[in-house]
Amino acid sequence: MLFKKIAFVDLCQNSGAAVLAVFAKAGRLFAFLGCTLKHIFTPPFFYKNTLQQFLSIGYYSLPVVGLTTFFTGMVLALQSYTGFTRFNAESAISAVVTLSITRELAPVLAGLMVAGRVGASIAAEIGTMRVTEQIDALSTLSVSPYKYLVAPRIIAGTLMLPILVLIGDIIGILGGYVVSIHVLGFSPSNYLSQSWDILQFMDVFSGVVKAAFFGFIVTLMGCYHGYNSGRGAQGVGIATTNAVVSSSILILIFNYLLTQVFFS
Amino acid sequence: MSKTSTKKTATKPMIEMDHVSKSFGTKTVLKDINLTINKGESMVIIGGSGSGKSVTLKCILGLMENDSGVIKVDGRDIAEMDSDERHALMNKFGMLFQGGALFDSLPVWENVAFGLIHGRKMDRRQARKIALEKIDAVGMGASVADLYPAELSGGMQKRISLARAIATNPEIIFFDEPTTGLDPIMADVINDLIKKCVTDLGATALSITHDMASARKIADKVAMLYQGEIIWTGPIEKLDNSGNEYVDQFINGRANGPIAKHTEHKK
Ligand SMILES: Nc1ncnc2c1ncn2[C@@H]1O[C@H](COP(=O)(O)OP(=O)(O)OP(=O)(O)O)[C@@H](O)[C@H]1O
Ligand SMILES: [Mg+2]
Repeated sequence: MLFKKIAFVDLCQNSGAAVLAVFAKAGRLFAFLGCTLKHIFTPPFFYKNTLQQFLSIGYYSLPVVGLTTFFTGMVLALQSYTGFTRFNAESAISAVVTLSITRELAPVLAGLMVAGRVGASIAAEIGTMRVTEQIDALSTLSVSPYKYLVAPRIIAGTLMLPILVLIGDIIGILGGYVVSIHVLGFSPSNYLSQSWDILQFMDVFSGVVKAAFFGFIVTLMGCYHGYNSGRGAQGVGIATTNAVVSSSILILIFNYLLTQVFFS
Repeated sequence: MSKTSTKKTATKPMIEMDHVSKSFGTKTVLKDINLTINKGESMVIIGGSGSGKSVTLKCILGLMENDSGVIKVDGRDIAEMDSDERHALMNKFGMLFQGGALFDSLPVWENVAFGLIHGRKMDRRQARKIALEKIDAVGMGASVADLYPAELSGGMQKRISLARAIATNPEIIFFDEPTTGLDPIMADVINDLIKKCVTDLGATALSITHDMASARKIADKVAMLYQGEIIWTGPIEKLDNSGNEYVDQFINGRANGPIAKHTEHKK
């Protein structure tokens, strides 16, 4: 009886501590976010760093995003063909490809790929700078690490991912087109006009807005985990993992929330 | 000479630590530290590995927050400063980190010129000129200016880091083990340079060193940190007859004495 009571008290204490820890973490993240937003909009601005990040986050992610959306478009066309022939609805293929790519697949897949590519590298780079005291050195040279390191990455991520997704939309639709024409034997002009007719501004716009959110999430999580990295190589490794996992999960959650906002 | 330089400046405290304590988790690293460094004075902190020397510097710089006590720089409590004031204060500081902490994404000269370009808003060409002078002052040629830090040896990185710390001619300079990893001749060049910063530029210096030759050369005053407490402070001339057996053991580098081999902190 006594033992049970102690176990119960223990459980309460442990779960209480866990809940507190979650709140503490959330609080730290919001403090980081607040600090970052303040520094993004106040001078001095580090244009050169920002430009560099546009290149490394945007330009160098093009191949990954392009490949992902291209193959996804191709697979979509094939899969919907095998499904839709059962209902004699082959003409719907172009609509399925176009709408799924622009609304969902391009932003989510690009977001996840960029989380792996960019989120990880940001966390590793900033984490290493934390561990080797380079971030402390920045402050002693009266440069805010938020302005010098965090702001350029978050600006670049938020602005570049929409552009990547626009390009991904085009490449994805092209992938569907290639398979439909060359493998499934559709007529090119029919396919294209069907795609164009079904497409509405909102489809592309919602995907682009999602992309901006995802870019913000990926770079924020990369910076946050890198900035608060533990000590040593192990600390940087954990920070990198946390950055990728947390941004992937947040992307999926926010994708649902944003879809709800846009299409209900 | 150092003896006169302490006397000629009015003894206005530049850095004051008042009952400062700091722990990491359950481990107490600094216990009730009281330390005053006057303007234009060169203080050296000695003490065993892990005794809390680097943590002391980081607390003064505001890179770590002390748990209790007050730290004042130039008469102002650093805990009460807002970010702009802190920014202005940092412009007065130069810091050589124990590990160098050079920016590995920037070439050597830009590392040295970093505080000039970003802190002092100097144009890049002029900043580069000053950076080259400082690189020369730490005993290296212009040929290293365009290399990246990863391409330098450990001792060279340390010296570049020192050049970065003094590039803006700061009023207050912290050196965390400036001569560790240098050959004896280069160590002496660096000692002279540190002395020059204090005597010529009138800077206030706080250095950490294990190198007693270096301490004797650059110090006006010495403080010894042992297990997170300052157990002795005094002018450098008194170091050899401090009357403190811990200090005696430390400066003579004896294995036997009151300082145990395993310096685990007492709880
Ligand atoms: N960020 C930190 N987190 C946890 N513990 C720390 C941290 N920084 C320092 N410590 C601990 O504080 C103690 C003092 O560290 P400090 O770096 O000040 O030693 P030190 O006197 O500079 O030693 P050394 O001469 O070897 O550089 C050490 O026991 C160290 O483990
Ligand atoms: Mg140290």
